[in-house]
Amino acid sequence: MNNIQKNRLKNQLFKYWGIFCTIIGLVLLVVFIGDILIDGLRRIDWGFITSLPSRKPEKSGIYTALMGSIWILLLTTLIAVPMGVAAGIYLEEYSKKSRLAGLLEINISNLAGVPSIIYGLLGLEVFVRIMNLGASVLAGSLTLSLLILPIIIVATREAIKAVPSSIRDASYALGASKWQTIRHQILPASGGGILTGVILALSRAVGETAPLIVVGALAYVPFVPQNPMDEFSVLPIQIFNWISRPQHGFIENAAAAIIILLLITFVMNGIAVYFRNKWQKKWK
Amino acid sequence: MRKIKELVIEKSLFSSALVTIAVTVGIILVLAIEAFRFFSEVSILDFFTDTQWTPLFTEKHFGILPLLSGTLLTTFIAILFALPVGLSISIYLSEYAPKSFRKTIKPLLELLAAVPTVVYGFFALIVVTPFLQDIIPGLSGFNSLSAGIVMGIMIIPYVSSISEDALHAVPYSLREASYGMGATKLQTAFKVAVPAASSGIIVSVILAISRAIGETMIVAIAAGQQPRLTLDPTVPVETITAYIVQVSLGDVQHGSLEYRTIFAAGITLFVFTFLLNTLSYRIRKKYQEKYE
Amino acid sequence: MKKLVIIMSLALLITACGEKKEKTDNSEKETTALAGTIKVDGSSTVFPITEAVAEEFRAVQPKVKVTIGVSGTGGGFKKFSRGETNLSNASRPIKDKEKAACAENNIKYLELEVAYDGLAVLVNPQNDWVDSFTIEELKKIWEPAAQGTIMKWNQIRPEWPNEEIHLFGPGVASGTYDYFTEAIVGKSGSSRGDFTASEDDHVLVQGIAGDKYSLGFFGLAYYAENKDKLTLIGVHNGEEVVKPTLETVSNGTYRPLSRPLFIYVNSTSVASLEVVEFVNFYLENSSELSKDVGYIPLPDENYKKQIEIFKTFVESNK
Repeated sequence: MNNIQKNRLKNQLFKYWGIFCTIIGLVLLVVFIGDILIDGLRRIDWGFITSLPSRKPEKSGIYTALMGSIWILLLTTLIAVPMGVAAGIYLEEYSKKSRLAGLLEINISNLAGVPSIIYGLLGLEVFVRIMNLGASVLAGSLTLSLLILPIIIVATREAIKAVPSSIRDASYALGASKWQTIRHQILPASGGGILTGVILALSRAVGETAPLIVVGALAYVPFVPQNPMDEFSVLPIQIFNWISRPQHGFIENAAAAIIILLLITFVMNGIAVYFRNKWQKKWK
Repeated sequence: MRKIKELVIEKSLFSSALVTIAVTVGIILVLAIEAFRFFSEVSILDFFTDTQWTPLFTEKHFGILPLLSGTLLTTFIAILFALPVGLSISIYLSEYAPKSFRKTIKPLLELLAAVPTVVYGFFALIVVTPFLQDIIPGLSGFNSLSAGIVMGIMIIPYVSSISEDALHAVPYSLREASYGMGATKLQTAFKVAVPAASSGIIVSVILAISRAIGETMIVAIAAGQQPRLTLDPTVPVETITAYIVQVSLGDVQHGSLEYRTIFAAGITLFVFTFLLNTLSYRIRKKYQEKYE
Repeated sequence: MKKLVIIMSLALLITACGEKKEKTDNSEKETTALAGTIKVDGSSTVFPITEAVAEEFRAVQPKVKVTIGVSGTGGGFKKFSRGETNLSNASRPIKDKEKAACAENNIKYLELEVAYDGLAVLVNPQNDWVDSFTIEELKKIWEPAAQGTIMKWNQIRPEWPNEEIHLFGPGVASGTYDYFTEAIVGKSGSSRGDFTASEDDHVLVQGIAGDKYSLGFFGLAYYAENKDKLTLIGVHNGEEVVKPTLETVSNGTYRPLSRPLFIYVNSTSVASLEVVEFVNFYLENSSELSKDVGYIPLPDENYKKQIEIFKTFVESNK
């Protein structure tokens, strides 16, 4: 075989290898999810969702964990979204090319790469101990808010960047102030992109386990939090707890709870992608 | 009047931005202060050279090496899997695949990174380990191989997405020149496109490594809780992150030496990921200028 | 702005739902409905009993919130001595250091026995070479000097395989750990450090069940729930090899690894009616529930006597 044929053969082989690699990750994911569905689907019924945890796997349910997750989600949204969007607006509209801006940018890029468990340590020391909030929903939400803050900031910045400068210029030309321009032109225009980023960030927060374990979320919490200072558990931690129990019944429960968690995660991601497509179309 | 309102708004937005600095300062302070207190009782030399980590037992050893080896071993296995696969995916998508395929596959691959890590931990322990135990007799129930492979699956999008963006940014003219000389897609890809996009690809690998080092749940569930200085992927080990979880699950009294061990472990972790992230940021900035 | 309103109203709606459910559960009960929080923490060995009691108690008093942590006996006592918990689960008696910590914080307590446990020694079902252990052999495996030196099965008996022993056991905050080390090594808290240590006994079960060359120990209840995954090994008590069962632990022939399990009650907590009710419920039902989860109940008179002692304790602390 001469060189040309050898090269063509290698080319073809690589093409198949490339397709194989691309597919394999997804195939494995499908296999895993299939396994989860087989293990857990039959366990899901209204009783499972509304039952409290129990030592008997058949009677155990995710009610308190689910409520805890919802509490955390809402509280984290209230804390992180205004702060993150505000910071993103500032960085994109008010400060550019100054040394401080550069510093802020490097800093945020670094924070995005810090392992989530480190945020847990920060939360433990500052919110649980120093601010004396205890292992409460508030402490957990504050910790997660710090974790997803960089994600929201970056998403906000990207969304604002995508707004054509013509819109901005036109607004200033009409005599609008900076804030008026932002409030009435930029934000509505970038709203879709910001929303996408926020939903993705929250979807990440829902699935976080490690920082909340460090902050002190318990696994045996047989009641729903009534106020932000109550103790709590969340869905991922309940799953973690059930995985460590070797009876087969609890593995089924873990699988069922995972299905619920994945449902929530995929729905949130789906909504985010939907918004991203809708918003991108707007600018075409 | 309006000017004052504008100023107030600007300052309040600015304060939100400052929170990010406060967070970094907070992380560094918290880790440093507790670590400093830790090192007032344990010598730094011991910390870096002792080969045992038994801070909670009567015969206390505070060597970080076992935890570090656990972390690096699982990361190594993950990268061993994710790097060739992720890179091949990125080359395939950027050089071979039709545009429509690329558009549908990319978000699906990113789905891999969106799955909560506790779910991956479940897979590693319940599905992958028993499967591997049939192939490798003597494989422990807790081991770094299963955890590493599953972690590898999780970080494929980190490698493939960023590398693919990097390859995409290489001007098509370079490729045309190569095709003009009769090269195959494969040759063009590896001899022209990849070297041109090399900095972006390196960035993706560094970020993937950083992600793997910081991963907690997969290893906490499937890799084990036994600090052990070893390169054997078939036995239980413990990573830095899994140790922090283990201690957090028990009760550790605020202010005790045991409490401080999680911060000593934490600061080691932070230093590693910080260096990697800074490195990747530098490289990314440098290579962005190249094509401007 | 609109988003914020929607989010807030969702939040209120959901909390309202949460409250409503608890109210409807309660309206069917006739007894005086108690409310409040009871914080329990401590031994993972005692946890299954306390969990069972809390669950049954919830059927009687659904508005009382009982949280149970598993920080280990030592960890539980630390919290108890700081007044952070109402009850402490313990798989060994309170130590002098812990007594002092309580005294320092003006915490008075009552010690109550709730069941017996036979500390189980376990191996993987595929382990076909171990038929029994002597105490000396266990000591050789677990003492501090074994760290880094006793690594293989054939170092214990030469006919055993030339393979690494993979050890699993509770961690240092665990009363089971304290008790085992005291009974086997001779000094509480004294052991090698190179084994998989976890306060979570489920981790230990999984570890042993997944590893052919494993060896571990923990409370009998965790064997009872996982009989299909583990093999129980008898211990030579000086006369014969004994396995822990209802009889051998009750009559004391499973030596030296039989031990009582305790709960400790804070003296200030008994001012709360729900705590008193809970502890009474515990003592009344521990015989049945401890058996249910795999432990050995005390003789009935012991429970009756303790109910009396508790009554006196409550009176004297009003």
